[in-house]
Amino acid sequence: MFESFDINFVIFGVMPYVALTVFLVGSIARYERDPFTWKSSSSQLLRRKQLIWGSILFHVGILTVFFGHLVGLFTPVWVLDALGVPYGLKQWMAVLIGGPAGLAALIGGTMLIHRRLTDPRIRATSTTLDILIMILIWLQLAIGLLTITQSLQHMDGAEMIRFMEWSQSVVTWNINAWVTVVDVHWLFKLHIFLGLIITMLFPFTRLVHIWSGFAAPFRYLVARSGYQIVRSRRRRPLEERRRAFDRRQGVEGPKAHTPAE
Amino acid sequence: MKVRAQIGKVLNLDKCIGCHTCSVTCKNVWTTREGVEYAWFNNVETKPGTGYPTDWENQKRWNGGWVRSASGRLQPKQGAKWRILANIFANPSMPEIDDYYEPFDFDYDHLKSAPDMTAFPTARPRSKITGERMEKIEKGPNWEEILGGEFAKRSADYNFDKVQKDIYGEYENTFMMYLPRLCEHCLNPTCSASCPSGAIYKREEDGIVLIDQEKCRGWRMCISGCPYKKVYYNWDTGKSEKCTFCYPRIESGQPTVCSETCVGRIRYLGVILYDADKIEAAASAERETDLYGAQLDVFLDPNDPEVIAAARRDGVPEDWIEAAKISPVWKMAMDWKVAFPLHPEYRTLPMVWYIPPLSPIQNAAQAGQIAMSDQMPDVRSLRIPVKYLANMLTAGDEEPIVSALERMSAMRLYMRALTVDGVRDEGIAARVGMSGRMIEDMYKIMAIADYEDRFAIPTAHREQNEAGADIRGGCGFTDGNGCSDGESGKTSLFGGKKKSFALPLESF
Repeated sequence: MFESFDINFVIFGVMPYVALTVFLVGSIARYERDPFTWKSSSSQLLRRKQLIWGSILFHVGILTVFFGHLVGLFTPVWVLDALGVPYGLKQWMAVLIGGPAGLAALIGGTMLIHRRLTDPRIRATSTTLDILIMILIWLQLAIGLLTITQSLQHMDGAEMIRFMEWSQSVVTWNINAWVTVVDVHWLFKLHIFLGLIITMLFPFTRLVHIWSGFAAPFRYLVARSGYQIVRSRRRRPLEERRRAFDRRQGVEGPKAHTPAE
Repeated sequence: MKVRAQIGKVLNLDKCIGCHTCSVTCKNVWTTREGVEYAWFNNVETKPGTGYPTDWENQKRWNGGWVRSASGRLQPKQGAKWRILANIFANPSMPEIDDYYEPFDFDYDHLKSAPDMTAFPTARPRSKITGERMEKIEKGPNWEEILGGEFAKRSADYNFDKVQKDIYGEYENTFMMYLPRLCEHCLNPTCSASCPSGAIYKREEDGIVLIDQEKCRGWRMCISGCPYKKVYYNWDTGKSEKCTFCYPRIESGQPTVCSETCVGRIRYLGVILYDADKIEAAASAERETDLYGAQLDVFLDPNDPEVIAAARRDGVPEDWIEAAKISPVWKMAMDWKVAFPLHPEYRTLPMVWYIPPLSPIQNAAQAGQIAMSDQMPDVRSLRIPVKYLANMLTAGDEEPIVSALERMSAMRLYMRALTVDGVRDEGIAARVGMSGRMIEDMYKIMAIADYEDRFAIPTAHREQNEAGADIRGGCGFTDGNGCSDGESGKTSLFGGKKKSFALPLESF
């Protein structure tokens, strides 16, 4: 079997599972074990300059790109067929939405990297991983934008379908998934590889705040009806305390109740 | 009626000498750590002044507190929930650390390590954030101490609203007072309402507002939400922190550190029973000047048998009800009406209240006599303009402030008559709607201010709160992360810094 060993198998066949396992197990372990370290690590307090524009451009851009990838890659091909969406049209949509969004994220990211590396306050309070992950994401954005040059050379959507098949094969435990992307342009391969590296670093960096960012609207808008939160440390909730009190008053008359209850 | 209890607080500004002991002891206990050097859970401001952080009272700029819509509904001034979420990438209303001050320390070591020089060695400042030299210190936690700085800047003080302020810039007419500030532990806190993670909460048993360090994600909406700017972002841990009302002390019946160490004896702590069902309506009162009265209506009389019955039914412990009956906070806020909430117009229903200061009579020297009205000194001719105090404490309504100041000067007149002439002059008391007995009680608590009279703090009832077996072997008070070997947040695996616990070694 070793004569047929292929590095593509390792990167596109095995590594996705390793990356996703590290990503999930690492996230759960950190959430359970070290919730105090789970944070966005905002540096807005220390320097507002360049953050407002940089952060908004970066986040809005990258979230658009992220959801674009999620929907684009994981929508089953038969759904496209059923809806009658031509593959070429889908690819055009990907380029027209993803392109500007990626560019916005790249501009924002450049501002943030510049700020992180040159502002003395931000530089002094950055960890190595803060800087590394920012650079990796910047590279990933740049490579992703460069792949558009390849995509534009074949706008029939066929290659895009191959990436869809690959992603969907990976998440449906198809060990032969890697074959579909063996002979795509190296820019695409590098993009996927870097994506997997970032996925693996995810639980060990500030990127964990993405989980919370997605959870925040549900926590804040859906799960919380009003604005205020009152926590009681009493073991018996108010209604139960009231019922117990009423029962005691009825049975025992005016006299007996211990102050503690 | 839903009865809850809170340990409320009153600060008697009439006696504050601005010694900052409260701030210093608080800092030594709570905020000497990296990341919160700039944070003062308790600070003392000289007024008139723009305060710390600069201009904190200007809600047009910081968007703190609540606004009432035309339909009568409340929402945070910085926006409804969806608006707050939209600000999550960059919060436009949040102060920068320079609005507080860049934390610094001095090169003390240079004083002893400097080589032989012609000039005397100095200790120059260094930033605590970058470690770099700071050529000029632009700001500090108490930059306007004793009216420091020019009047033009200090008079940006929001409380000068509708006051002809120019004359107070003149040396002869100037006035000054101290305003110690800490978290207000509001009944309707905007910090907790603004938190998308739900990390900030009010405790049912004692009303203390806390930030769950394990749930805080550093979205920083609380910092702009709090109109008093009393939530601080720790730039090292990436979490928000605030005054904890020294809850480990309060739970064991001790006063907060700031109250315990106050040399002027100006701080009072006591139980206030309140009706949680009335909070929303009170905070939504239509006119801003109604908010002070509306908050008084939320408080429940601990001597009312109906209230006592309801309190027992809702599980308020018996000793808390007893403590509420002797609460100095209740007496000053409700019986004597001399204490007021700080900026009630923010609609947060704050629970740290203030007694306005008396001040010398304006222009008494020129007039040759004290301005009197009805044989009482006219409090409207005091050096500190009543309007200024009203802007601070009653949303601009002067009547309650005038009444409080009159009662306080009546107390002086009555006690002078009693101690000098040996006469109990009920007439003086009656003129301000009090009795001699009340005034003597007021004198005992506000002027003498014995430790036992200032603090009436029942202990927490742990037997109601937690199962003893579950906390066996627990780790007590921590910064977060439970028992995670004391290195909260400093584990290397998930991106923290390792703390070294190396002891200094001596070699022989």
